[in-house]
Amino acid sequence: MKNGKRVFETAVHGIFLVLGLITVACVLLITVYLVISGIPAIREIGLVPFLFGEKWASTAAEPSYGILPFILTSIYGTAGAILLGVPIGFFAAVYLAKAASPRVKAVMQSAVSLLAGIPSVVYGLVGMLVLVPGIRKLFHVPDGSSLLAAMIVLAIMILPSIIKVSVTALEAVPSEYEDASLALGATPVETWFRVSVPAARSGIAAAVVLGVGRAIGEAMAVMMVSGNVPNMPSLFQSVRFLTTAVASEMSYASGLQRQVLFSIALVLFLFIMLMNATLNFFLKRNKEG
Amino acid sequence: MKKIFSLVVALMMALTVCSFAAAENTVSTDGSTSMEKVVGALGEYFMEQNPGVTFTYNPTGSGSGITAVQEGRCDIGLSSRALKDEEKAAGLAETVVAYDGIAIIVHPDNPVADLSVETIGKIYTGEITNWKEVGGNDAEIVVIGREAGSGTRDGFESITGTKDACKYRQELTATGDVITTVSQNPNAIGYASLASVKDAVKAVTVDGVAPTEDTVKDGSYVVQRPFVFVTREGEALSETAQKFFDFATSADAAEIIAAAGAVAPADEAVQK
Repeated sequence: MKNGKRVFETAVHGIFLVLGLITVACVLLITVYLVISGIPAIREIGLVPFLFGEKWASTAAEPSYGILPFILTSIYGTAGAILLGVPIGFFAAVYLAKAASPRVKAVMQSAVSLLAGIPSVVYGLVGMLVLVPGIRKLFHVPDGSSLLAAMIVLAIMILPSIIKVSVTALEAVPSEYEDASLALGATPVETWFRVSVPAARSGIAAAVVLGVGRAIGEAMAVMMVSGNVPNMPSLFQSVRFLTTAVASEMSYASGLQRQVLFSIALVLFLFIMLMNATLNFFLKRNKEG
Repeated sequence: MKKIFSLVVALMMALTVCSFAAAENTVSTDGSTSMEKVVGALGEYFMEQNPGVTFTYNPTGSGSGITAVQEGRCDIGLSSRALKDEEKAAGLAETVVAYDGIAIIVHPDNPVADLSVETIGKIYTGEITNWKEVGGNDAEIVVIGREAGSGTRDGFESITGTKDACKYRQELTATGDVITTVSQNPNAIGYASLASVKDAVKAVTVDGVAPTEDTVKDGSYVVQRPFVFVTREGEALSETAQKFFDFATSADAAEIIAAAGAVAPADEAVQK
């Protein structure tokens, strides 16, 4: 009887191990596949002309495969989204964690969760039908599909991750800190910004990094509002991101063009790896601090 | 129990044999991505009518399709452009199965109603940038197109002579996106397959000819391209492939072709 129980335990243990390994295997498989299929095109074009070439003309008679416009667009677009999204997300998080009454908090938090659940294609569609014509009329530009439209859509899309993670970090600040600050005569607002926020800073930093990761990896919504022309980034120009460069040409690509798309995916993958490493760094510090 | 088991095995074996036999009855096509809808519809109908026949379509692009049929890697090559003289000299024959009109679309409020092919080319290469130069409002023209590699883009650029020279403001990945964007922006111009054009946008006349099924068919609407079956000259197709070829060029196929958004050629055109 005892023996049977042990066999059962071992079996369950084994099954869980296998299930866990499937995830790891997927990550490894994707990494290896991307590296293997991304390297040949970079070799053929050369790393410097590939990364720093300013002209992308993949189907021209004399094709040119420079992805600098995509890299810069992805960086600018993400930076813009952070610039717009972080202040809103940060103050909303402080309000939710410290100031809001329980009822308001419950309603607002479920609204934030709902925002996180909206599919990106819906963001894109609303952006395409409302935001793009809006930008055209507001700024008197010939066409509203631009880097700015993508930044605004991305800023809204990263709000939920920023707010949720920041709220968790702020709520984890020991109440003794705040009580002490209040007892010494500081006002609640002073306490939040002088005591609570500094104590939760690595958690808030992690929230921002998570937002960056989400923004840089988004394709669908961005594709629908940014115009997709491989221009060098400028606020009211139609631009193409790393993600949309892969997505928009994959369906018809062949030969070297197709291989280059894998190389772009590899570059994107490295960017996201970098983001994850940064995130882990902050989270680790959070635990220790 | 054993009996049932052996019965199942026997059944499975029989099925395997059947599917093997079917594999010999195949029609393989290879080529143009823009012909996907038309060829897909024809193939589906053909398979329905002839059980046991397998129809395959390999969307690789017109150039690759022509090469594939030349090297004997498929039964019928698919091309969304007419064959060049040197390709005909290399022993290939073309048969037009359908014509595809590409409509030039603008916002319904745009007063411009007619453009010449030359003007369209100039607009797309950035030589003309304001609508007032072609008789419209004083507003910058917003040039909308398709992504690199798209069959419609390839067709449009080769007809207007703007290959690799277009200065797009937006490159969208679907016909529907182009139509939506043009319908949203009063200063936009775009191109889309004729069959997909809806009331939300206005299709301009080109050199005075409105894009309709009839003008595409008689060739007076010039922004159009043929969908061509490419075969090897003087070499018989396999029995099944010939059957498909005859069906696709018959009058029965016209309705299917029309449903798939293209225009079947007039009867005399089939013969050429």
